[in-house]
Amino acid sequence: MNGRSSIGWTLVAGACAILLLVLWTAPLLWALSTALRPELETVSRQFHWLPQSWTLEAFAKTLGAGKLLRWLFNSFFVALAVTLATMAISLMAAYAFSQLRFRGRNIVFGVAMLGFLLPFEALLVPLFRTMNQLGMINTYAGIVLPQVVAPVVIYVFKQFFDAIPADFREAATMDGAGPLRVLWSVYLPISGNIVWAMAIVTFIAAWNNFLWPFIVVTSNEMMTIPLGLTQTYDAFGVRYAQLMAAALLGALPVALAYAVFQRRVTQGFLAASGLK
Amino acid sequence: MKPDHVAVSVRREALPAWLLLAPFLLVFTLFFAVPALETLWLSLTESSLTRTNAFVGLDNYHTLLNDPSFWDSVGTTFYFALLTVIPLCAVGLVMALLVDRFSRFQGLLQGAFFLPYVLPISVMTLIADWMLQPSSGIVNHLLGGERAWLADPHWALPAVAIGTVWWTVGFNMLLFLAGLRNIPRELYEAAALDGARGFTLFRTITWPALRPVASTALILQLIASLKVFGQTYILTSGGPFNTSRVTLHYMYETAFTQSDAGYAAAIAMAFVAIVVMLSLLQAGIVRWLAGRHA
Repeated sequence: MNGRSSIGWTLVAGACAILLLVLWTAPLLWALSTALRPELETVSRQFHWLPQSWTLEAFAKTLGAGKLLRWLFNSFFVALAVTLATMAISLMAAYAFSQLRFRGRNIVFGVAMLGFLLPFEALLVPLFRTMNQLGMINTYAGIVLPQVVAPVVIYVFKQFFDAIPADFREAATMDGAGPLRVLWSVYLPISGNIVWAMAIVTFIAAWNNFLWPFIVVTSNEMMTIPLGLTQTYDAFGVRYAQLMAAALLGALPVALAYAVFQRRVTQGFLAASGLK
Repeated sequence: MKPDHVAVSVRREALPAWLLLAPFLLVFTLFFAVPALETLWLSLTESSLTRTNAFVGLDNYHTLLNDPSFWDSVGTTFYFALLTVIPLCAVGLVMALLVDRFSRFQGLLQGAFFLPYVLPISVMTLIADWMLQPSSGIVNHLLGGERAWLADPHWALPAVAIGTVWWTVGFNMLLFLAGLRNIPRELYEAAALDGARGFTLFRTITWPALRPVASTALILQLIASLKVFGQTYILTSGGPFNTSRVTLHYMYETAFTQSDAGYAAAIAMAFVAIVVMLSLLQAGIVRWLAGRHA
């Protein structure tokens, strides 16, 4: 619509854009402004947009006192494990569904796609009971395993593999290469974009997962960032400068990932909605 | 390929195929299929979190139908959906139009609107809690007064809804943006030659092209909003007086505080049924509206 709308419309649209931009950035900027104050300033009756005396005290205290570093490590480890496992499992399954012929293929694929329909929330109670029986409460395995079931990732990869011309595989199979080898050396290299996009989105989703760690983790030591940050009143008390510092430190890794991989992140989230 | 060829390859490829599928089938069975069936089974029993006791038939469902706490939680969930679905879709659409309109600032606008969506839920809730703090929160400073928003029966859920719009609208913006990018530019050029401008262009070209995207966004958003739990749990613990206790929160309490896994499973089943029915109903309404416009 560029250049063809009237000046009046452009002004209205511009005002809307600025208003929304302010509303959507203000909370994070306000959190930053709070985190850079001494704790006393946050309870002062005097209101100031910016810190009266700037300090990194809140960040230092947050990193030093609480379990924040431990939670960051847990999140990183869990998200990485979920991502690697999900990619490996889903690539192999998608390749089989897309390229190999075997009896029952359509039925198995159909059942797997039921995972789309049933919300994870409906499985919480039996999943907790299972983990309890397996002794996986408060373990990394317990946090990671249910998160690697990702029918939507298989669906996206299968769609992608379906679109690759059959000559590709036939040429490789002629050379006597087995399926895993063909997947690894023929299909993976040309799927780089979509694999990266899904990997980044899986990582972010696992990093942000609140519900499952909330159910399967009870010890402070094993908490991930989204869960740990809800315990900060216990960890830091009602100290808003430190709470905001903790929130920003917890946000930083995913915010950075988004900043660096912006295009892939948006591409991945769109693909993961199953809509493309 | 000739039929006998296919038969040969079916036999030759069956073993590798099942081997490649094995890891997925294992985790799918253990952590999806079995729990799904177990939810159904548990809902027909009287069970705690650790043991399964007597089969009681439909007793849990009978209790459910007559449980005012359950229906209150369903009402609260619907109210939350009412407060979030349309605003999230409308604001997402406006943001997409603005990002598209001011393409020179696309990086800035799209980045700012989408960033909250990639942040953990508790970053949103921590900031919201601080902003809404009664005595030193910035919201009360700007509006005047000392309202305790999250402890106010009338304001707790709307406040959580506003936080949710800020947190998740970025995804809807992406959906609409992808829809906008699919509209051929020539359509606008042709319409402009005919003298169409501003809102007329939107009404005659943009909106008809975006309508399928809008109906998709509405359905996805409805499902997402009905599944609300974390935001209300963290910000209000379902209070004050359970006025913000949603269905999943009630299920959680039933299972993990009351240790009544059987009844919680019945709540889960009812919840899934409600989500499916409402999505189908909404899809029907959207299609009916689209048919009237066609």
